[in-house]
Amino acid sequence: MDFDLMQRVFPFFLEAAWITIILSVLTAILGLTCGILGAAARLSRFALLRFVGAAYVSVIRGTPALIQLFILYFGGPQIGIQLDAFEAGVIGLGLNAGAYMTETIRGAIITIDKGQIEAARTVGLSRLQTMRYVVLPQAMRLMIRPLGVNINALIKATALVAAISVVELTYTAQRYIGSTYKPFEMFLIAGILYMIIIYVTGQAVAWLDRKARIN
Amino acid sequence: MTDQKPFIDIRHAQKSFGTLEVLKDINLQVQKGQIVAIIGPSGSGKSTLLRAINDLDPLTGGEVWLEDKRINKTLPHSQYEKHINLVRQEIGMVFQHFNLFPHLKVRENVTLAPKMLKGLSGTEANKLAEEQLEKVGMLERIDYYPSQLSGGQKQRVAIARALAMNPKVMLFDEATSALDPELVEEVNLVMKKLAQEHMTMIIVTHEMSFAEAVCDKVLFMDQGVVVEEGPPEVIFRNPKNDRTKEFLRKHLAGQNA
Ligand SMILES: Nc1ncnc2c1ncn2[C@@H]1O[C@H](COP(=O)(O)OP(=O)(O)O)[C@@H](O)[C@H]1O
Ligand SMILES: [Mg+2]
Repeated sequence: MDFDLMQRVFPFFLEAAWITIILSVLTAILGLTCGILGAAARLSRFALLRFVGAAYVSVIRGTPALIQLFILYFGGPQIGIQLDAFEAGVIGLGLNAGAYMTETIRGAIITIDKGQIEAARTVGLSRLQTMRYVVLPQAMRLMIRPLGVNINALIKATALVAAISVVELTYTAQRYIGSTYKPFEMFLIAGILYMIIIYVTGQAVAWLDRKARIN
Repeated sequence: MTDQKPFIDIRHAQKSFGTLEVLKDINLQVQKGQIVAIIGPSGSGKSTLLRAINDLDPLTGGEVWLEDKRINKTLPHSQYEKHINLVRQEIGMVFQHFNLFPHLKVRENVTLAPKMLKGLSGTEANKLAEEQLEKVGMLERIDYYPSQLSGGQKQRVAIARALAMNPKVMLFDEATSALDPELVEEVNLVMKKLAQEHMTMIIVTHEMSFAEAVCDKVLFMDQGVVVEEGPPEVIFRNPKNDRTKEFLRKHLAGQNA
């Protein structure tokens, strides 16, 4: 193994890791937003919204994320959507994560005992108040861990945007392989940096989960 | 007393779940301050009838009235929601499995609805919670979470939660059925206290001696119909109907076994 080379390229990988982190954070924010809206749609009392929510989830989960990114980035201009690679990456991955998060959030909400809803409604609370003060606080605790799993998957999925040439970790590794012919070293650095990002995120999720349980 | 206008009036209540007819033309009048027990075998429709009163299980036919208000009205969605939320504030309900809010302390379980619906301030709400919990003997557990309470204590808190909305009527659906035998009495005592305060109550129960002690009227239901109704001393001591006799005989045999 060429440790010397690894040391020399490491600062550039750190910069790329920063891009991966920013990409992950933005994707997670957009994903959570889509997940909340998606879950609200799927649980709506309006059939049309339920249909839209279900269609969103099944289209996204039924196709490869890479194809979704390609459609957005390469196909977008054809239908008048001009995005640079980073924007396409965030939006594509965010919409993708949102579909999985929709199911996570919905799953946590429908797990709450029907008796809770009945108790809230019989004291006179409205549907919205029941959701806000009784169902969501309980569902929130249940969804932290599975959302953590979604976020773990989303971080790993950011590697896909290398294919539309966003200069993040995977793309950077590929670029240095082109000039150094040392794929083992380059992918090793990238892999270790991914692991650190994922480990720290996992710890943060576990901490949140513990905190939610204590309260 | 009997020709007084009923406080709760259930007329020709009919309820089907799909093709299964669960309530068949039920009529029930309850006067203000009256305590009515509903007894009958499991699956006879007792819960469904009780839950029709606050429209938790809306009837498929018939009418439910509280004083001069029709409860089970057909209205556009948002109007219905407004109407039913107001009606439900006047009708307290206690469930077999308590259904306390596990993420809230005892205090907040009691104050949630009054705060949201009656605009009580923090201090007013606390005072209310203390009063209601005192009444059910749970004041010293005001800062506990439901998971830290016994079943009997949970049920007493659930009663306090319902009373905090100052309801005109209380509905009890097998309030003591999920409790260990030694915890039943503490809940019964709270209900007896409410009876002494002339709370109007409809109680679905399997406890015949309790029903006999506190109720003014007993309904025996079987397969979706009221088979027999009358004062407790008649229903329990001298029932006319064979199905009532059979039910009580089996029930007593079960209890002594
Ligand atoms: N939500 C429901 N959907 C379908 N059937 C129901 C539902 N709720 C109750 N039932 C049926 O209605 C009948 C009466 O139930 P219930 O009122 O709970 O009886 P009880 O309280 O006397 O035991 C039972 O046969 C039960 O299976
Ligand atoms: Mg029942």
